[in-house]
Amino acid sequence: MKPPPFVYHAPKNLDEALSLLNQHSSDAKVLAGGQSLVPMMNFRVAQPAILIDLNKIKELAYIKEGSDGLRIGAMTRQRSVERDAKVANRAPLLHETVPHIAHPQIRNRGTIGGSVAHADPAAELPTIMLTLNAKLLAKSQKGERWIEAESFFVGLFTTALEPDEMLVEIRIPDLPARSGYAFEEVARRHGDYAMMGAAATLTLDESGKCKDVRLVFLSVGETPLLSSFASKVLVGNKPTPELIQSAAANTDIVPSSNIHASERYRKHLANVLGRRVLTKAYERAQQG
Amino acid sequence: MRRPYQPHTQKTTMDTISISLNVNGIQYKKEVEPRLLLSDFLRHELDLTGTHVGCEHGVCGACTVIMDGAAVRSCLIFAAQADGCELITVEGLAQGDTLHPLQEAFREAHGLQCGYCTPGFLMTLIPFLKENSNPSEEQIREALSGNVCRCTGYQNIVKAAMLGAERMK
Repeated sequence: MKPPPFVYHAPKNLDEALSLLNQHSSDAKVLAGGQSLVPMMNFRVAQPAILIDLNKIKELAYIKEGSDGLRIGAMTRQRSVERDAKVANRAPLLHETVPHIAHPQIRNRGTIGGSVAHADPAAELPTIMLTLNAKLLAKSQKGERWIEAESFFVGLFTTALEPDEMLVEIRIPDLPARSGYAFEEVARRHGDYAMMGAAATLTLDESGKCKDVRLVFLSVGETPLLSSFASKVLVGNKPTPELIQSAAANTDIVPSSNIHASERYRKHLANVLGRRVLTKAYERAQQG
Repeated sequence: MRRPYQPHTQKTTMDTISISLNVNGIQYKKEVEPRLLLSDFLRHELDLTGTHVGCEHGVCGACTVIMDGAAVRSCLIFAAQADGCELITVEGLAQGDTLHPLQEAFREAHGLQCGYCTPGFLMTLIPFLKENSNPSEEQIREALSGNVCRCTGYQNIVKAAMLGAERMK
């Protein structure tokens, strides 16, 4: 239960970090909050030769308001996100979801960028990024590019980031008018990885019909999963309880069985949680 | 003082890093191997064995310490990362023979049995109670959700935390 030896670098600024990453790329691992990477190293599941610790880089920890949404630095602690009034105001879905992540001690240390770049399909933050259509800024020594959340999560613990690239900022757009949101998950104990979770945003047009809906499941497959079925059923229609029920009873969810829950039970959870988050998002959309 | 068994702190060929940090008000300067966990550094390099090691992957909370004011898992931080930080461990709570009010509360309310998990519970509660002087039982349970106790069944730990909140006012 002790990590294998590695060479440790703690750059003081982003340029230095990108230069180190460029130099070592696939041999190196970037260390953010360490709440996933360090356990993996303790188990020796991960054995990076070189560790580039970002914790001394103050310029990567911030929450700023822009004209069309929020900009959050990758090294912002989850605890700061949880307690920030700007996040509560401009990205309430994120605000409501963060307390579901593990425990206070973990959130004191864990970062938003670290969790997103780790791309655990059972984690909350990748799901919320996909639900909110977040844009992710990747930087390398060669330059920078924006990646849509939909193309960022490519597989189990795998993202669109190149070995010399680093996630540095997350942009979360404001929800349009007449939008609602919700998140729910089921875990054995509060803070455990969820057996199933769902997040939704729903936007109504002026006549009260569904203009846009995003229903995303966590802990289903290799990435967070956006349900195309839900938008097929709901968009253009008034979200009646019956319609929401059928939108949530979707066919595109195929969870696998594991020791915690069978495939059948998790599919049942997906249907129930899907209905709950769509219902709550619809109620909130009617109020806003 | 008895020195515990410490196979993993034996120096290897790896380069060491010089760190300087404050633990319980005392300034230390040490050379550490990068892979040395903060929990092991406290126990084996500083002989502060009050910080207990349970699961070593961030699940049980036994190794919780206060780092720059926030409760964190010392098994998920490398000692090298604590360079320049201020730490408080369970040894930093009592003043000589006088226990901290929260420790008194744990004793009075029977908030411990074997005591293995207790340092982690105390170090989790201290920053929480500083911020929430009037916590509800539910808030306490939420704050303690990341600490595992296999003896008490938690009832008396929650009672001790309530009592501690009163005493710490």
